[in-house]
Amino acid sequence: MSIPTTNKQAEEIGKANKRKYMLERASQRVFLLCALLSVITLLLIIGFVFYKGAHPFVAEGYSFIDFIFGSDWVPSEDKFGIFPMIVASIYATIGALIIGVPIGLFTAIFLAEIASERLAKIISPAVQLLAGIPSVLYGVFGLAIIVPFLQDTFGLVKGQSLIAVILVLAIMMLPTIVTVAETAIRAVPQTYREGSLALGVSQIGTIFKVIVPAAKSGIMTAIVLGLGRAIGETMAVILVAGNSLIVPTSLTDSVRPLTTNIALEMGYAFGTHQEMLFATGIVLFSFILILNFVLAKISAKGGS
Amino acid sequence: MISLKKVKMGLIMLSILTVLTACTNNNNNNNETQDSNGSNATVSISGSTSVGPLAEKLAAKYTEKDNTKIEINQIGSSAGITNAISGVSEIGMSSRDLKEEERANGLNEVVIAYDGIVVVTHPSNKVKDLTMEQIKQIFTGEVTNWKELGGDDLEIVVVSREDGSGSRDAFQEIVDYSSGELIRNSIIASGNGNIKTTVANNKHAVGFISFEYIDESISTIDINGVEATAENVLQEKYSLSRPFLFIYKEGQLTDAGQLFIDFILSEEGQLIAAEAGAIPVK
Repeated sequence: MSIPTTNKQAEEIGKANKRKYMLERASQRVFLLCALLSVITLLLIIGFVFYKGAHPFVAEGYSFIDFIFGSDWVPSEDKFGIFPMIVASIYATIGALIIGVPIGLFTAIFLAEIASERLAKIISPAVQLLAGIPSVLYGVFGLAIIVPFLQDTFGLVKGQSLIAVILVLAIMMLPTIVTVAETAIRAVPQTYREGSLALGVSQIGTIFKVIVPAAKSGIMTAIVLGLGRAIGETMAVILVAGNSLIVPTSLTDSVRPLTTNIALEMGYAFGTHQEMLFATGIVLFSFILILNFVLAKISAKGGS
Repeated sequence: MISLKKVKMGLIMLSILTVLTACTNNNNNNNETQDSNGSNATVSISGSTSVGPLAEKLAAKYTEKDNTKIEINQIGSSAGITNAISGVSEIGMSSRDLKEEERANGLNEVVIAYDGIVVVTHPSNKVKDLTMEQIKQIFTGEVTNWKELGGDDLEIVVVSREDGSGSRDAFQEIVDYSSGELIRNSIIASGNGNIKTTVANNKHAVGFISFEYIDESISTIDINGVEATAENVLQEKYSLSRPFLFIYKEGQLTDAGQLFIDFILSEEGQLIAAEAGAIPVK
């Protein structure tokens, strides 16, 4: 099969090979560069936020404890306390979980186990489309529908409230929870279902006693990802939260979560005020880091 | 591969060409400037974030006709006044009256326009007239029900702008309360439009907006029986207003700066101010 080659031909083939290798190496570099880009961006963002945010505490003598536990936020009077916002962020996230997780989980179970293929083909894309809606539109929807609804139906003095935030966030975290949980449930081996059904367990019994426990780590991942979405959401929240600077004591109080504080005031802030907004960013960042840590733990457990 | 290379070469050539033409254009412009004006004058202006957008619009129109370069920095009224005193900027912008100690530095001030702020409520609200003291009581939380002001038995929901906003600063300064005194559970809305929407959809609410945002969706409040109109601001009857000032130090104003101020005060300049939502001086 070998083709007799002259010197000239061999030279040409060698050249072609060389070119191929060079192209190969060059493209490897390009891929490496792309991969590094996100790492570099991450480091730059962390570095910048921490550099700016730490400055008032390191160089200007502000107390970090007062910053975290102070309940007064009056930048024009040099008072920077974000305790009400930390509480608001935590309440809003937990509230959204309480509403969003059961709905999301049941939707995922329905799509994976119960729904006919035809029905699933309609619902699944709809849920995924929900994820693609820009968050500010959720805010506008909240402001135009949820806020007046709360005012009119429950006679609230103001619809911009913790409960409005919770409702909007619960809707927003649905696609994340549904998509991830559905994948986890579908990944449960078919033999589990067959075994359970063969023993005479009903379908619902099989789902809750066998399938959900088997997909536990995937479902937990879904919840943590939804949590991350809720705590970091800004544009939708800013429109429905009311942004008051109080520690919320009821669902009807208007609140200002951490993200909203940054977005609301960054436009006009300068000097220490601006640095304190970056410091707010550090606190938010810590929350996200903790969440990611939890997520990594869950994934590790699921793997073993 | 070959076609790709060709495309690449083409792109490079194109970018080089663009850069070259851009350079030549610049040169041409510079020559023209030199021809018509003899010099490339620069007027540096700094100050209020409320006056800034109006100044930018005026500068844009002005530079179309004249080649003077106008640099505008929006850094807040106080900083602008300080810059005008120290000579860092030729002209300072302020959206509040000068204080006595500032005036002592031999500053000249020119009112280029006025801005009116109006207190607004839901159209169904029966309260149509308030005193300055009552407004202060509302925003500091001393009065919390509309019935205390002659309205229905409804809780008052205060809507304010965010800390640092120029309108909020001006409103608080005129009504005379500080950010720390503002009632804690007030809704904070970012921007005039957002305040208007919030107030228009809540029969409990009260807020403040610039004159230019007034429409039928909200009800405006008279102050001491004086309606919020441009005429009343000009006749100094309506007190919830502020001047937009240009400030410069005696003898520091260049010819170019004087020409720009003349342009602003001309009929054309004032028309631009009116279009931008401010109240013209004349």
